[in-house]
Amino acid sequence: MEKLFSQDVANQIKDIFKGMVNPITIKLYVDGNCDTCQETKQLLSETAELSDKINLDIIELADAGDDLVTYGIERTPAFIFLDEKGTYRGVKFNGIPAGHEINSFISAIMEMSGVEFKFSDKVLERIAKINKPVDIKVFVTLSCPHCPGAVQTAHRLAMLNSNVKGEMIEAQTFYDLSTKYNVSGVPKIVINDKIELLGNQPVEEFLKKIESL
Amino acid sequence: MMFNFQIEKPKTALIDYQTTYDFIALGLGPAGMNGALYAKRKGLKTLLVGYDLGGQLNNTSDVDNYLGLGNIDASMMIQKFKDHITALEVPMLTEVKVTSIQKNDLFEIGLDNGETLRTKTLLYAFGGNPRKLGVPGEQLYASKGVSYCVTCDAPFFKKRHVIVAGGGNSALDAVIDLSRIASKVTIVHRSQFKGDLTTVDQIKALPNVNIHLETQILEIQGDITMTGVRVFEKKTQTESVIEADGIFIEIGHIPNSTLLEGLVELNDSKEIKVDRFQQTSIPGLYAAGDVTDNPNKQIIIATSEGAVAALSATSFINQKGDK
Repeated sequence: MEKLFSQDVANQIKDIFKGMVNPITIKLYVDGNCDTCQETKQLLSETAELSDKINLDIIELADAGDDLVTYGIERTPAFIFLDEKGTYRGVKFNGIPAGHEINSFISAIMEMSGVEFKFSDKVLERIAKINKPVDIKVFVTLSCPHCPGAVQTAHRLAMLNSNVKGEMIEAQTFYDLSTKYNVSGVPKIVINDKIELLGNQPVEEFLKKIESL
Repeated sequence: MMFNFQIEKPKTALIDYQTTYDFIALGLGPAGMNGALYAKRKGLKTLLVGYDLGGQLNNTSDVDNYLGLGNIDASMMIQKFKDHITALEVPMLTEVKVTSIQKNDLFEIGLDNGETLRTKTLLYAFGGNPRKLGVPGEQLYASKGVSYCVTCDAPFFKKRHVIVAGGGNSALDAVIDLSRIASKVTIVHRSQFKGDLTTVDQIKALPNVNIHLETQILEIQGDITMTGVRVFEKKTQTESVIEADGIFIEIGHIPNSTLLEGLVELNDSKEIKVDRFQQTSIPGLYAAGDVTDNPNKQIIIATSEGAVAALSATSFINQKGDK
């Protein structure tokens, strides 16, 4: 099978992965009939080959059992991250992280492994104060350069507060969901199914909306 | 499968917030990147600061008028620029927003990560944000048909009818990109085309493109999502509705000069006034690219202005004798 990553891209990613701190696990859920499952499987497998700190579990939906509830798996392909302790910290991708989303994918790997992203103390305090369940959906297209930033912010909030879940949704693969949320522009951020944000907004804007819930 | 790979290696050398820089370039578009490249090559203690690598280039699909590069995908162009500055080890601080700029003995730049940077000279190259039409319905249907980013949102309009508002090069490029995806593209512009004649000719030859010049958009209409625009045709002095599933607004940019308001001279359009050395009304503070009062907003011009600013900053530091 032809590789998805060129040698050059693979080398660059491998080089970045040298900075990983702790091992992580990625759990990918697929089912035989799904359009982009095969490609996603290949992309994640090629990624996992680039660092011995990445464990990849590929799970058929029919065999997913309790995981469907534990990780809220509602569609395929979808994948979640576990940190070195095996803890799910609310970081999820729905759809293949190709195109520009390769950047949010790699950044999720790095940060789940323990590479710290520097928010100001003020922002960290506000994140720590979130005390109710927050579900952040970030709709993206793979051709959108502004989208990985919004996905990264949602994932960082999730990693920093266990009340927050952040998920990327590839809008074209999950067309039904895009229609449901009237998405025809990205990045579109939907918080707890009721508040919307457009564009790659700074973390403060996410927090303003979350604090207004 | 395409991968638009832009991520950076985790910083091995952390940003030094205690030092005094010679030259800081604000903005990760062509002007800021080239300014930092020139300054670094001149031996200045340099830092490049901003949020999104590539700046407004991120809103472009491909570029056809940058000497030597032929027709190039914009994300590839960003990558080439980045590779060049990385090879020269230009220090770069990304994913930060600048919150304040003050001039004391040095320029002091406040960042949203809580840190402050200090520099002898400063290049301000924060470009612009898409200009809005300012008509009813525009905000209501934002992301429900109204879009400002063709590369991001074109996939939603496969085999559908879309409108492009504008008549400059950005609008014309948007029409060409969308004509490959949409069933029909209607270009609506309040005056005559301002873009390059070669592109205008290319558009006129496209079978699925309609052109409405001297036509003003009055309102964006819709239901749950956008359904069309109400327009006024100047020639016939009549109003009508053009039904469409989406509209891409490509009518130029608003300069992103807010941080310098009250500090340097701006023109009536809030563009930063610069001289031929790219210097603003404050010595040691330079501006380059789309944020300046140069009417020609082009990548190659922004790039060269960044270089001029860095060379001017070098002379400024040398003349002051503190280098």
